[in-house]
Amino acid sequence: MILAGAFFYLFAGLAVAAAFMVITARNPVHAVLFLILAFFNAAGLFVLMGAEFLAMILVIVYVGAVAVLFLFVVMMLDIDFVELKQGFLQYLPFGALVGAILLIELILVLGSWVISPDIAQHAGAPLAADGVTNTQALGQILYTKYVYFFEAAGMILLVAMIGAIVLTLHHKPAAKRQNIAAQVGRDPKTAIEIRHVEPGQGI
Amino acid sequence: MIIGLSHYLTVAAILFTLGIFGIFVNRKNVIVILMSIELMLLAVNINMVAFSAYLGDLVGQVFTLFILTVAAAEAAIGLAILVCFFRNRGTIAVEDINMMKG
Repeated sequence: MILAGAFFYLFAGLAVAAAFMVITARNPVHAVLFLILAFFNAAGLFVLMGAEFLAMILVIVYVGAVAVLFLFVVMMLDIDFVELKQGFLQYLPFGALVGAILLIELILVLGSWVISPDIAQHAGAPLAADGVTNTQALGQILYTKYVYFFEAAGMILLVAMIGAIVLTLHHKPAAKRQNIAAQVGRDPKTAIEIRHVEPGQGI
Repeated sequence: MIIGLSHYLTVAAILFTLGIFGIFVNRKNVIVILMSIELMLLAVNINMVAFSAYLGDLVGQVFTLFILTVAAAEAAIGLAILVCFFRNRGTIAVEDINMMKG
């Protein structure tokens, strides 16, 4: 139990520190790397809470896909990030004020609020019984009761993929492309020209 | 040192606040704003999983999966729009995104 508590404070502290570095890092590449660290530590918190499957999904989806996508975009775009960092101190007091008010409100809500003890009887899907892993239990409920939501999530991903391709694909007008119809439609009249060259002269 | 529900909710609250703070202080850089939004969605996910674990209800974890899906789609579309915008304008400063202003 003490070990679990120590790991909670380790993961939570590192996640918060990494999140702070994400928003204050001077170099956006470092910000993306700190984002990866924050997601790793959040995955550790998920493991502590017994949600192993979601922890692994978080690592695969975020570290494997989203963070690499961010890294790719940061490195591909040629941006003067020093110029974008101007005004950081100008917005700092207002941002700190809003953040502090929000944090105090959230903590007040957390402190003054108790869970009704009989809420566990109304659970939509009780947690896994002994012998059933988290992944198995999640699969059993996801593919039966929530199958339409699951398919809607698949459609969202499909639309996002098509949208991203449509947005970023562009044809350069100067690029030379093969026009098969024009190639097939060539005949000797348009392809060659017969010139009568006088002896001793060029064309 | 029992770690209860309120510990996880506090961590999530701090992460959410940091996300909002990041939007305020980095309001010229769209990439950092997108990363701040990802942080806020992560905080929401931590909340969902914490409630799921401590109330003994698996539905919270199912919905965390859907939030992850939407967050991934949002990041992909946002970065695609960003690349498209940079190609057209040569900048990603937020103040310059005013072409549709009437």
